[in-house]
Amino acid sequence: MAKAPALPVGFELPLEPRIPRIGSVDQVGLEERSATLAKRSIKREAKVWALDLAVRMMDLTTLEGSDTPGKVAALASKGIRPDPADASVPSVAAICVYPNLVATAAERVRGTSVKVASVATAFPSGQTPLALKVAEVHEAIELGADEIDMVIDRGAFLAGRYAKVYDEVVRVKEACGDVHLKVILETGELGTYDNVRRASLLAMAAGADFIKTSTGKLPSAATLPVTLVMLEAIRDVYEETGRMVGMKPAGGIRTAKQAVQYLVQLHETLGPEWLTPDLYRLGASSLLNDVLMQLRKEKTGRYQSPDYFTVD
Amino acid sequence: MTELEKKRSAAPVPSEWTYAPAPEARDIVSLEERYGLFVGGEFVEPRSGEYFPTIDPSNEEPLAEVAQAGPEDVSAAVASAREAFENGWSGLAPAERAKYLFRIARILQERSREFAVLESLNGGKPIRESRDVDLPLAAAHFFYYAGWADKLEYAFPNRRPRPLGVAGQIIPWNFPLLMLAWKIAPALAAGNTVVLKPAETTPLSALLFCDVLRQAELPHGVVNLVTGDGRTGAELVKHEGVDKIAFTGSTEVGKAIQRELAGTGRRLTLELGGKAANIVFDDAPLDQAIEGIVNGIYFNQGHVCCAGSRLFVQESIYEPVVSKLKRRLQTLRVGDPLDKNTDVGAINSKQQLTKIEELVAAGEAEGAEIYQPPCRLPERGYWFAPTVFTNVAQSYRIAQEEIFGPVLSVLTFRTPDEAVEKANNTPYGLSAGVWTDKGSRILAMASRLRAGVIWANTFNRFDPSSPFGGYKESGFGREGGLHGLEPYLDFDGKADSFGG
Repeated sequence: MAKAPALPVGFELPLEPRIPRIGSVDQVGLEERSATLAKRSIKREAKVWALDLAVRMMDLTTLEGSDTPGKVAALASKGIRPDPADASVPSVAAICVYPNLVATAAERVRGTSVKVASVATAFPSGQTPLALKVAEVHEAIELGADEIDMVIDRGAFLAGRYAKVYDEVVRVKEACGDVHLKVILETGELGTYDNVRRASLLAMAAGADFIKTSTGKLPSAATLPVTLVMLEAIRDVYEETGRMVGMKPAGGIRTAKQAVQYLVQLHETLGPEWLTPDLYRLGASSLLNDVLMQLRKEKTGRYQSPDYFTVD
Repeated sequence: MTELEKKRSAAPVPSEWTYAPAPEARDIVSLEERYGLFVGGEFVEPRSGEYFPTIDPSNEEPLAEVAQAGPEDVSAAVASAREAFENGWSGLAPAERAKYLFRIARILQERSREFAVLESLNGGKPIRESRDVDLPLAAAHFFYYAGWADKLEYAFPNRRPRPLGVAGQIIPWNFPLLMLAWKIAPALAAGNTVVLKPAETTPLSALLFCDVLRQAELPHGVVNLVTGDGRTGAELVKHEGVDKIAFTGSTEVGKAIQRELAGTGRRLTLELGGKAANIVFDDAPLDQAIEGIVNGIYFNQGHVCCAGSRLFVQESIYEPVVSKLKRRLQTLRVGDPLDKNTDVGAINSKQQLTKIEELVAAGEAEGAEIYQPPCRLPERGYWFAPTVFTNVAQSYRIAQEEIFGPVLSVLTFRTPDEAVEKANNTPYGLSAGVWTDKGSRILAMASRLRAGVIWANTFNRFDPSSPFGGYKESGFGREGGLHGLEPYLDFDGKADSFGG
């Protein structure tokens, strides 16, 4: 079991000023800022641009005990061509499923730009031995996963055993190799924005390609302020190291309006460089149809009945 | 799939996300061509016969003509206020006074969009701020003081509070309607009548407010409005029929008013300039501190007497703070005040723009390093890009004089003692900000900073229940809260504690 390394003799404080000192987060100021950004008024061509991007950034997700190959295949087809009536609507970024359904999804998306993301490491709780987590990652990749969404061990984090959390992320990243690793912090269980910031920096230091808010299995999933804390941590890492880490809010994003708010916050916090599916994903199961409906409205000037959009 | 992909490449996605214009509709506001003076419950032609144009500072388009009140006009307004005070208003049951104030507050809420648009049109401030700050606060002020109107005996037990009579009130152009609310609400709640002079450049929301008074059926003469330039204000100040002067504006004019009133026995409260220190310690929540710094100085284009115009950064975090600040400045959206996405609007007047330009030039000449984010300013109208000066010494003019524009001076300090010493080293004392994660340090700093308002881990937040006012050359008297009632009341026939 990993232990926090004792400080070596001659341990040095950083000699240069460093931005990603852990630092703190002020809840009131943070929530004010994200509420202000949420009031941006995005209209017409700017809205179409954002909605199109939202589709391209979407990790279309199904993570249910009742998932079957049939359900996943249908979802993958929807992800490849979200709006059969409008070929200009792009494919989503990825289909996100449990390891057992990776093969089905991979089969269906083969030859397209759509990736397969698999949750792993005893999703959603993360409360199993490390060896099993690593093995699960290996298997998911063998089954065809292009991306791994792991969960951190919140029990260890909240107990102050940061080194354990860190080591697990390092080991999982090793197991991933070139496969993209998204680290889920499950912010709803971390309790404070300070903890979210700490966990974000820890995950990035351990090698996360993306940091992700939530499993979607809790009532409190992604929120704008929690996403803002994580974006600011990403920005600090970028400022110091030049490394661009991706962000994925997941859970609770159900409407096109919310999706645009998330993108505005991204745009004004990390800048236009991050407005790409390579660096930002929206994890969602029911968002897509609302986005499609809004896109069609912008193009035709009319809202269509939900009957015109396929359920999956 | 190949067909789909071809279509995608045929219509390349633009790489830049440009927000489409999102202007608030201005047709909700209908303006008269010409406005008279509001005296005795109706608009009257000025006896002076003079009018002057008032403009939209974002494009210099004229909006309407307003009257230049002369000495006779001021006298008529004061007489009307006196008449209303003697014959009705001061004898009205306090709960009845409260009813009128509640009505005014509700009407302001109902018509808030109209007022917000007008405030942005005439003053140049972004609609986001007039909509989310000016209007809600103005209504809140009337609600708050309406509540006190029938509870004065409880607010000041055993002191027999009584109204003073006629209050002459002179307000600035930075928050036209909000300052009107700060002045009128406590005066009326305490049982006084009012002659109010709005600022020369921003009279329109006050003139529209007269329509609210009519809607609320406020007895005639309780509130009178005289428009004009500084001459009108001077007439009001020296008028012997006025029992109390409340002034918000520059320290220079405030001093002149105080000289004028010395020895007359007429009451005075002054809310004047400021050069607030915003102090950031190295344990502060940095990203939120950056927001606070930005809100402290670029809110309302820096036309804020309590603006955090001197930023004191602990030297150990100077570099990250400055680099984060510069980065944040690049995302400020400067432009059309009526666009809902605008963060920084137009400078209020040509005169103010000239003053800002003069001081900024002085800062550069003195050796400070200037930073302005790349932004395209409109060609017409009065505009100034958000500006940060680094490498500023305490002795530079930009660190001493009030600029009243979107210009921040960054200085450094090493220890809390040094921060206090430098922050207090100014003739002003209106407000200050402290940013630290340490609660005990907030309290220690707050007790040592010589400023009337101190914000902790935030800046430029206002509430009607919180008294606002200055130390030293930032004035005396308080507005807001219980303290805000005192200057409008007589106690046991004796003068109150401020400026008697």
